[in-house]
This record gives sequence, structure tokens and C-alpha cells, in this order.
Amino acid sequence: MMLDPQLDADGNLIHLLSTEGLSREQLTRLLDTGASFLGVSDRDVKKVPLLRGKSVFNLFFENSTRTRTTFEIAAKRLSADVINLNMSTSSTAKGETLLDTVDNLCAMHADMFVVRHESSGAPHLIVDHLRRTGRSDIHVINAGDGRHGHPTQGLLDMYTIRHYKGGFEGLKVALIGDILHSRVARSDIHALKTLGAESIRVVGPQTLIPTDIESLGVEVHRDLDSGLKDCDVVIALRLQRERMSGALLPSATEFHDRYGLTHERLKAAKPDAIVMHPGPMNRGVEIDSAVADSPRAVILPQVTFGIAMRMAVMSVLAGG
Amino acid sequence: MTKLANEQTIEIRGGRVIDPASQFDEAASVFIADGKIAGIGQTPAGFKADKVIDATGLVVAPGLVDLSARIAGNIDAELAAAVAGGVTTLACPPDVDPILDEPELAERLVRHAEDVSQVRVLPVGAMTQGLAGNMLAEMSLLRDAGCIAVSQGRGLPADTRVLWRALQYAASCDVPVWLQPAEYHLSKDGIAHDSALASRLGLAAIPVTAETLAMQTVLALAKATGARVHFTQISSAEGVALLREARDAGLPVTGDIAVHALHLYEQDIGYFDPLTRFDPPLRGYSDREALRLGLAEGTIGAAVSAHTPLGLDVKRVPFAEAAPGATGIELLLPLTLAWGEALSLPLRRSLLPVTARAAEILGIEAGQVAVGQRADLCIFDPEATWTVNENDLRSAGKLTPFLGRTLQGRVVTTLAGGQPVYQRS
Repeated sequence: MMLDPQLDADGNLIHLLSTEGLSREQLTRLLDTGASFLGVSDRDVKKVPLLRGKSVFNLFFENSTRTRTTFEIAAKRLSADVINLNMSTSSTAKGETLLDTVDNLCAMHADMFVVRHESSGAPHLIVDHLRRTGRSDIHVINAGDGRHGHPTQGLLDMYTIRHYKGGFEGLKVALIGDILHSRVARSDIHALKTLGAESIRVVGPQTLIPTDIESLGVEVHRDLDSGLKDCDVVIALRLQRERMSGALLPSATEFHDRYGLTHERLKAAKPDAIVMHPGPMNRGVEIDSAVADSPRAVILPQVTFGIAMRMAVMSVLAGG
Repeated sequence: MTKLANEQTIEIRGGRVIDPASQFDEAASVFIADGKIAGIGQTPAGFKADKVIDATGLVVAPGLVDLSARIAGNIDAELAAAVAGGVTTLACPPDVDPILDEPELAERLVRHAEDVSQVRVLPVGAMTQGLAGNMLAEMSLLRDAGCIAVSQGRGLPADTRVLWRALQYAASCDVPVWLQPAEYHLSKDGIAHDSALASRLGLAAIPVTAETLAMQTVLALAKATGARVHFTQISSAEGVALLREARDAGLPVTGDIAVHALHLYEQDIGYFDPLTRFDPPLRGYSDREALRLGLAEGTIGAAVSAHTPLGLDVKRVPFAEAAPGATGIELLLPLTLAWGEALSLPLRRSLLPVTARAAEILGIEAGQVAVGQRADLCIFDPEATWTVNENDLRSAGKLTPFLGRTLQGRVVTTLAGGQPVYQRS
């Protein structure tokens, strides 16, 4: 059996590549650590010295202002030096390979890489390369790889759910929309499963649901009403503009008609159900403005918790 | 006057001679004169050996016949790899650089191979110009230049009308058509078998229907046009079943599979190992079992190395960006033997898909140890175990998911056209 590359030989988390493979204890520890950092952002001096003297490189091969910014804020609040590299306009665009780039940054004494890449498994390749070259002391955080995973988003979603629902036991959670292309959905599903949610549903047309996704322990619903029935948590997923019309879906209008979250449709869920979205939202497509701006939507708290959880991940990896 | 090497007479003494075609399997000496097998067991009249090869404890088998080896880049290194793998006849698919779509290119490859090696290199020409799937290549001239068949490389042309015309034209010139059954649009963006694993890893998927639809399309068009079709690298249980059905119905259609697919399946992708990126992709466990059985029963005629020498730069990249394929010609024998071992087949049957049955698909005399045949022989130690290591591979391509694995069966001596062309040191 191959060893999970995000763990060392003793089972300690040294990289964060996926929420899959993390134990309930590891997930809980990360969430608890996140809770301890939440206060930091409210203080006058918003810094703790846990990563003082460490260099965190944000390696974003795919553009993302929001995620990159939250990682940057998290690292700075831990007193790390942060270097942002927009790879789409830098050396890889000039033909340098991913691993050459990594080697160069290692020579600049990086302590941590935060990697976003359009290919599933790109952070795994970096971890494998660091292991082969004896540099496993450099930590890698997956900030989104292709369709595979976005584990810090998964963790902040778990934090949000725990914050509002107190725990996971007996919870019914629905993920709505484009599951096929969603790394957030995969990260949420693994974490929810491990943390003991009672029912995890994915809701969408067959064109947007991956093959045999049931094997991950989820129920598939084609119909929004049945998927939302008695849910405690509803997670709307972003529908990328390029998927809104073509062979996957006829139109944004028809998608909204069948799967868009409205107050009316949400009546099927529990009255106290919370509504989440990883952002950025397409108002009027996967979610109505009336829902997004209502008290049941916890989309902005997700962003705040995201910074605390990214601080938690960085400090746990660095041995905090 | 010194004799040319191929005029040398050789006696191979003390070996266990296996001829899969006739299912002969006995201890015997093999006598070689004029590049041909002059006798087996009995010394031909007046035979005097210039050279004796001691094959005690070894198997004397036909030189292997590999229906798919990309001989490109460092051609000399790849031909050296072929003989190190015991391969003496091989077909090279057209999707190499440069694409084999012009008679001169095919001719040049054949000539180059003849200059440096006794290995018989049989190009498979491009079915369409540049393999673009629009305009027919010069099939008849390609055949005259030495091509054994034409092929579209990976997959079918996007335009079924072009495929139909190509099969009509190929049938008219009696050129066999080799097709890897993959429907163009269903397979073009995919990188992994459509399954729970691909869903979990978030890899773009190629459904099995890409293969079955392609096979059904090709079979219907083959029936309508009379073209002689060979399916390359069938990858799924459903594909094996379709081929069985077609053959049972009497269609003159054959098929092969990649030898790695007898051992690897999708779980070997592990944590996105780019070395396991293949086209067609590694499929499920039940597919692997069906391929193993299909090859044993003879529905699938041949196992091929699908040898693709690739450099580090195209494999040390994320899985989705990695070039498909792996070096393989030096692993063809041990991986075939391991399949036979897994199914408890006797050696004389394990060797069929890489000797006589492969030659039958080519329609040439090869892959036999028989009097009068060209003396192409693979002498191997069936018990020797070795660990695949890039330094030991002669191919310029060093990358294969079998690196580090211990395999059984190792080539000791290869003879091609009666000449020793490889001797393990």
C-alpha cells in the first residue's frame, strides 16, 4: 500500500494535499487550532510570531485573487515573510517546468509553498520531487489542484458547519450544482464523511455528477427538492461561466430553474438550515440574491473563518 | 577469405527448444546455416558448426514479434533495446516524429534499420495525411515502401465519413487497417478510465463507451467495405467481448493488447503517478482480468510492448500534462511470462501472443522455430529474476511504471537472421 504523501512515517501531517486520508482526530485538531486563531484577527495587533523568519511562497499557476489574498493574510498574521508569484505571467509561461521553478525557489530558501494549479495532482508532484531530493522539510499546501482538491476550503467549510451546527453528528448536508468540476465538493465530501455527517447528498444533472461518486459515500439526487429535504447545511457550488451553455447544460436560466437556490426551494430544507458558497457567486444562477443576502447565508463568515483555518494549517504543518 | 557473419554456421546446444506454433517443447540442438534454421534435434548432413552457443538451462524460443514499438528519436538505441528484449520483428506505428505519412519516410526508417540492425522493422503507415483525419495518405505507395498496414495512430478520425472512405480505399488496395478503437470526441480530452477512481482524483475521464462505440463503428464499416481490420490496444472487458462476438460471427478481424495492461490497472495511478499515464488509459480490475482471459483464449491475438521512449521532461510533470506511454520493449518477454504464470499456462502457450500469433496478424513468416525459417531466436533464462532499473535499459526512454519491480525471465542471447545480435554480458 502506498503511503499517503501528506503524512510522514509517523503519520504526522507535513503537507496538506487533500482532506482525504486525514483522520477525525487530525481534522478536529485543525479545526480547534483554527478556533484559537480566530481571536487574533480581532486584536489591535493582529499578529502572532509562530512563523517569524519563515518564507511562504504563494505559487499560483491559476489566477485567484481571493484565495491568494487569504493565504497571504494568514501567513502575515503568523509573522511569516510572504512572496507572491503569479506564475501565469512568470517563468513557466516562458517554458520553465514546474519542478525547475520549485528548485529555483528552494534555492531561495522557501519554507512553505502554497500551490494552486490547473492540473489535478500538481502539488503531489511537487511533494514527490521534494521527497526524492531530500527536502521534505519544505511544506506544501494545496490551494486548489484541478478538479481534485481544495483542502483549506474544505476545512473552512467544516469550521463553518461546526460553528453554526455545533458538530457533525446527525447532519444532513447537500452540495448543489457542478460537482464534476468542483474540487471544493470533493474536499467537503471527504471531510464530512470522516467527521461523521449522517447524510451527504450531491444534487445536479447527470452531466455535472462524476461517475460512481456514490463510492465516496454520498447520495446522488437529480432533483433539488429531494436533495434538500430536511437538510441542515446547503452548499451551493460555483457554476463556471463556460459551463453554463453547451453540452453540459442548455442555459444558465434552465440551470437556475432546476437547481438555483431560492427561498421557495429552500423550504424543503430544515428551517434553520444554513446556506454556504465557496465564492465567487453567480447571483441569479446557482443562488438568488435574496438567499445570498439573507441571515441564513453564512458566506461572509466563511471568508473570515478561512483566514483562521489557513493560519491553523500553516502552524500545524510548521510543527505548531 | 573471411566469412560474412550470416554465413557463419551455429549450433545452439543443450537448450529447451520451444516452438509455440507447433507446440513443440523439447530439449534439442538447433543448427543454423545461411541465416536459416537448418535442423532441430538432428544434425543436418555435412553440418559443421563455426560457432557453438551453450544454451544449457535456457529456453530457445522464436525471436519475439512486437506489433507496436515506436522506433523514433535515437533509432539505434531503440533497435538495441529491441534485441536486448529478444524482439527480432517489430511494427512501428505512424505516430512518431516525423509522422510516417509519406512513402519516403517509411522507406528511410526501413533502410536505417537495415543498416544498423538485423531486426525486421515494419512501419505502419499513416492512414490520413499528418494523421489529421482529413485526407487519405498514399496507402498503396506506403505499402510499396514497406508498410505492413496503415493506422490512424491513437483513436479514430473525428469524421466517420473519412474513416468510411479510408476503409473503402484500403480494401481496394488490399492494405490492412490497424485502428486503436477510441471514438474521437469521447476520448480526446480524457486522461483516465471513467470510474470512481477518476471521480475521486478529479481526472478527466474516458468512458469505456469510447472504445465500444469505436469498435462497433469500425466493425460495421469493415463489414460494408470488406476492409481487413486489426484493433490495437483493446483496453476493456466490453471491448474483448465485442471482438469475440465479431470473430465468432466470422469477421476477419483481429486484436491486440498492451502487455502492461495485463498487469497494471487504474489503482496503480496511486497519487497521480505520471508514469502510469497511458493511452488508452489503465482501466479497472475486471477489465484487466478480461484482457488476461481474452489473450489466453486467443480472442486477442497478440500482446504488444506499446514501447514509447519518452524523456524526463514530458513525464516529470503533473499527471494530466504527462505524455502517455512508457518504455517497454525490453519488458515484453518478462511481462508476457508473468501473465502466463498468473494463468498457470505452459511456456509454449505463454509465448504464443508474442510469437506465432503476432506473426499471423502481420501475415508474414516469423515467430517460429522450424526448419527452413529465418533464424530469429530469443534465448532466455526462464528462471532469472531481475529488478527493472533505468541504467540497465538500452532504450533512450528510461521511464516505466515497472521501474523497481522484480520480474522473472531474462533474455541471454538474441539471434536475428542467423547472427548473434545481442549477448547479455
